[in-house]
Amino acid sequence: MSQTHAAPQETVQPEMQAGAEVLLRALKEQGVEVIFGYPGGAVLPIYDAIFQQNAIRHILVRHEQAAVHAAEGYARSTGRVGCVLVTSGPGATNAVTGLVDALMDSIPIVCLTGQVPTHLIGNDAFQEADTTGITRPATKHNYLVKRSEDLARVVHEAFYVARSGRPGPVVIDLPKDILINKAPYTAAATTEHRSYRPVTAPDAGQIAKAVAALKSARRPMIYTGGGVINSGQAASDALIKFVRKTGFPITNTLMGLGAYPSNDKQFLGMLGMHGTYEANLAMHGCDVMLNIGARFDDRVTGRLNAFSPNSRKIHIDIDRSSINKNVPVEIPIVADAGLAIEALLAAWDNEPAEVDTASLAKWWEQIETWRALDCLKYTQVQTKGGIIKPQYAIQRLYDITRESGRETFISTEVGQHQMWAAQYYRFDRPKHWMTSGGLGTMGYGLPAAMGVQVAHPDALCIDIAGEASILMNIQEMSTLAQYRLPVKVFILNNQYMGMVRQWQELLHGSRYSESYTAALPDFVKLAESFHGVGLRATSVDQLDDVIREMIASDRPVIADICVDQKENCFPMIPSGAAHNEMILGAEHGNRAPGVTDDGMALV
Amino acid sequence: MPIDTTLRSATISVLVENEPGILARVVGLFSGRGYNIDSLTVAPVEDGRNRSRINIVTSGTDMIIQQIKAQLDRLVPVHRVSDLSTDGPHIAREMALIKVLGTGEKRVEALRLAEAFRARVVDATTGSFIFEMTGATDKLDAFLDLMRPLGLAEVSRTGVAAIARGTRII
Ligand SMILES: Cc1ncc(C[n+]2csc(CCOP(=O)(O)OP(=O)(O)O)c2C)c(N)n1
Ligand SMILES: [Mg+2]
Repeated sequence: MSQTHAAPQETVQPEMQAGAEVLLRALKEQGVEVIFGYPGGAVLPIYDAIFQQNAIRHILVRHEQAAVHAAEGYARSTGRVGCVLVTSGPGATNAVTGLVDALMDSIPIVCLTGQVPTHLIGNDAFQEADTTGITRPATKHNYLVKRSEDLARVVHEAFYVARSGRPGPVVIDLPKDILINKAPYTAAATTEHRSYRPVTAPDAGQIAKAVAALKSARRPMIYTGGGVINSGQAASDALIKFVRKTGFPITNTLMGLGAYPSNDKQFLGMLGMHGTYEANLAMHGCDVMLNIGARFDDRVTGRLNAFSPNSRKIHIDIDRSSINKNVPVEIPIVADAGLAIEALLAAWDNEPAEVDTASLAKWWEQIETWRALDCLKYTQVQTKGGIIKPQYAIQRLYDITRESGRETFISTEVGQHQMWAAQYYRFDRPKHWMTSGGLGTMGYGLPAAMGVQVAHPDALCIDIAGEASILMNIQEMSTLAQYRLPVKVFILNNQYMGMVRQWQELLHGSRYSESYTAALPDFVKLAESFHGVGLRATSVDQLDDVIREMIASDRPVIADICVDQKENCFPMIPSGAAHNEMILGAEHGNRAPGVTDDGMALV
Repeated sequence: MPIDTTLRSATISVLVENEPGILARVVGLFSGRGYNIDSLTVAPVEDGRNRSRINIVTSGTDMIIQQIKAQLDRLVPVHRVSDLSTDGPHIAREMALIKVLGTGEKRVEALRLAEAFRARVVDATTGSFIFEMTGATDKLDAFLDLMRPLGLAEVSRTGVAAIARGTRII
């Protein structure tokens, strides 16, 4: 051994920087380009560090809830992790709704929250909140950084956790002294996480069983959800191949729309509470069901003990706890949706059994008779001055945006307009549809569209809104103006909390308790006061012009579309009813099974 | 598939990273999702590796117990989850400190029964005994039932610690 080798090993001292600098460096390493945030005392060191760099852009929202929804829109439309920065106390509590929204819809978010200095934690200090305590059930995971040497590792880990397995929101609570004190920088770990290693590859034996069950089917049905979207474009491509290869019918959940082109003849429309007649009856009557990346949510299953009573069920989900939670299944497959569909495709050709084409043809005949009912039919009078039907407004929005040839992203608020958007806007690719499915958060759509527009500056980003929901995060019009984000807000203004009114009509003797909004603002003037364009259509003859003007504008627009106040959203499976007990619209004589007492108690 | 509605008890062991908030996370999962906790113990178990073991006795239908396992397993700091009651034979023990107040005949009877149950006397005054007893939950329950008419005044139980028999490890 030579002298040089014998010299005592020098331990490499990691570079020390202020905590806030380390934080930004870790964010950069994680590929963060944009942060949606709002400042405050506890996070001033981070804002100071942001001021002194250009790699990461900061979008100053007007409410922390909107910051999270914007990050959700950004994440969902790009497949990347959305990043949020809020201050301690009220900043963190304001973000909670957004976090739960992201948790329910499996959206990858990292939310940085300020915290009082470590020595003050627990003292009821000014703007102190137990953020990790409050957000524990609101996040996939959360961290409180108490030692500077943990900072960089925790940031890297948070991004890993947010995007891996079933994606979700992660909070990092950052005491102010940790942001100020010097901390060592460490790069992201290249080794496996010590405890969190979700399974993504499907088990070959289970795939073989699934293929055998599917090939033996006489009345097969494919039902896919947000898991296919989250898995990425390749999963949708594989799904299309698989559906075409099998010739089977397919339906999507609300969160899954866009994974399969909705104009395709094998697509039966959305299923569930406001799903199509053909999708729900096919789910009810099928003999083998393949669920890919959906979770048998109560809005989809209706009454559990009547849900698809005679089918063998295959369930592919990346989250083991989603399987056998509500509905017992025969063939569980824990895997990433895309990898599982690829495996199904490969196994399909290796399995010698053939699909019973005669039975399949009969099944399609049956489905066609259901489809022939045309459950989404409505009548729009075309005479001058005619009242606009909300369904027609969506349909025209679809037609005209499609004619324009522009890449279009649609977000929604929550209510009837959301369901009409899902029913009448035809999605043909993933990641272009953002809606609050699991939590049903009014106020989601505008900030979500804002986040999408930040990620896709040249695309057409439209929030299909209700006049009640839009007021819940209307302050974001100001953000749109500041950053020249030309988001379009398309309000189906029925002056009611329409979805509430519909339930009151159905379940509470038409006693419209507190579901009418008196003293609504003038949305045209409102848009103008926020430096945007305000448009209004009050009759059917004005509709197309307003839509055309809206999409031609290079500024934020609010289009106030005054629609029929009495219109209800059909078909509808009332809470507690089965799929074959659907209520149809007026066009079909409102055929209804009646609502059970048990159903009254459900939400 | 028909849903099995029979309830069973399950002893679940969870090996976790010993980080702040982990117990709150596990307990919050049970309360948030409406699962029962009949007993819960937690302590660090692996020196140097920063791990704790949580033992939970719970009850529910088989579907619910499978669900509890899956829910626990997806918590980020959880290393391993085992349902000892179905994964093979196992040993489950808990310890109790039992204070019995009394004099005369009842006091003598309490001491006699304690010997029969192999409970140790760890403290005594002329008017009281404290027994220490280790055993399966039902054995402790049986002893406490006997002590009740004899002056049982206070009980402190550890909850169940459990481990698989033989060479199997979690
Ligand atoms: C934050 C929040 N509060 C309350 C509700 C309950 N809710 C669901 S739909 C709805 C009415 C929405 O009205 P509007 O935005 O006008 O939509 P419409 O149904 O009329 O299309 C309400 C109050 C909710 N989903 N979210
Ligand atoms: Mg409305």
